[in-house]
Amino acid sequence: MKIDFEHLQAAHCETGVTRNLLKYAGVEQITEPLAFGIGAGLFFVYIPILKINNGPVIAFRTQPGLIFKRTCQALGIPVIRKKFNTKEQAGLVLKECLDRGQPVGCQVGVYYLSYFPKEYRFHFNAHNLVVYGREQNHDEDHYLISDPIMEKPTVLTAYELERVRFARGALAPRGQLYYPEQNSIISDDRMRKAIRSGIEKNIRNMLHIPGPIAGVKGIRYTGRKIKKWRDKLGLKKAGLYLAQMVRMQEEIGTGGGGFRYIYAAFLQEAQAWHPDDRLLEISNMFTRSGDSWREAAIQAAGIYKGRIGSQQDFDVIGDQLVEIAGLEKQAFEALSKIKWHP
Amino acid sequence: MKKEDVPQDLSSLGKITKEVCYATDPSGKYTTELSRGWDIKITALDAAWDDIKDRITLAAEKCANNQASPILYFMERGLMDIGIVSAYTGFWKWQVKRHLKPSVFKKLSDKKLQRYAGVFNVSIPELKTMTLHED
Repeated sequence: MKIDFEHLQAAHCETGVTRNLLKYAGVEQITEPLAFGIGAGLFFVYIPILKINNGPVIAFRTQPGLIFKRTCQALGIPVIRKKFNTKEQAGLVLKECLDRGQPVGCQVGVYYLSYFPKEYRFHFNAHNLVVYGREQNHDEDHYLISDPIMEKPTVLTAYELERVRFARGALAPRGQLYYPEQNSIISDDRMRKAIRSGIEKNIRNMLHIPGPIAGVKGIRYTGRKIKKWRDKLGLKKAGLYLAQMVRMQEEIGTGGGGFRYIYAAFLQEAQAWHPDDRLLEISNMFTRSGDSWREAAIQAAGIYKGRIGSQQDFDVIGDQLVEIAGLEKQAFEALSKIKWHP
Repeated sequence: MKKEDVPQDLSSLGKITKEVCYATDPSGKYTTELSRGWDIKITALDAAWDDIKDRITLAAEKCANNQASPILYFMERGLMDIGIVSAYTGFWKWQVKRHLKPSVFKKLSDKKLQRYAGVFNVSIPELKTMTLHED
């Protein structure tokens, strides 16, 4: 059985799934940037005591799962979310949903995701996709997959799907599936309020989280740390750390510039709902920030390619980040000064 | 970033799917543009893989010199760390750490070895000897 579900490609998996599922549920106004902004997706955090793939944990977006949750919450749409203890149960509930015509979002691990190129398959368990149908093929169930990263819908066998739904390790999905309640018609007024609350939440997350590692303070902190990486880690390891930062910033699912471009797009769209030209000016600031992140990435690439590598070269990246921190601080402070009319 | 500046350097992902980037059109309005990849990220991923290959080689050497058990080799080969091996095998982390010692590994029962072999997708003889039939 196949549900008439529109596969739309997106820059980022979770916002793509959020938009596509909400569209199916009846929220016609939703776009990827709106889902990202209403879900207060923009973030920065560097957690020095944790390691992932032997490198630093640096995130440019909010914690996995939160964007979908916050966006639905802000729009007042109830969410159905289930985790499972057994694979059988997870399989049964999925079939049940599909049989009654409900496409579902699934959290999956990437390591065993067969349609991804091998080079991209790490043990990363917070990827999202939509299952929208099931077909019998040579006695085996095949599931129709709408992965927003991919241009076209794909297919996984029952075994392959089960395997990625039950990937283990950090952020293990435990078969998790989720979907918003059907027939959710959203008024334009509600949309305006959701946009405003998303922006307000994002201001708090970027400006007012205590401690040095999160938000704009985290960007400055990381910039200062990078200047010490060369002496502390040695040139080779420091280069690998920078490569990891660049991957978190630019790799599939960010829309470029560590999500700063999607956020700039969101603010432009927000201006159509709240006609205040300052939103456009602030959008330009985030475009500049995205550009600066990419310039820092180019400088970093010089180091991990082995073309440059003096302390001065590390200082340049560090200073670029400190500058970005200043720019984003300015942008969020400008956002916090906006007077909202409803 | 302007639409015409979206990089189009072919990556291994680009052969399978292009990815969506957000960029501005001539009037400054945001739109999406498909990208085949960007050299800066391709080399970042290459750097990560070069490191993985080094780690696998180092692990193989350690096993050959009896400084580590084959579990280290298969762990690196599977891009895992002790936490991930523990999550997939169901052993505690401290147990996995112990099993990384050659002397402890030699005494493991076939039942326990099978848990590792299953996760690493090899047979028990392959696990013990590290001779692989390349796929």
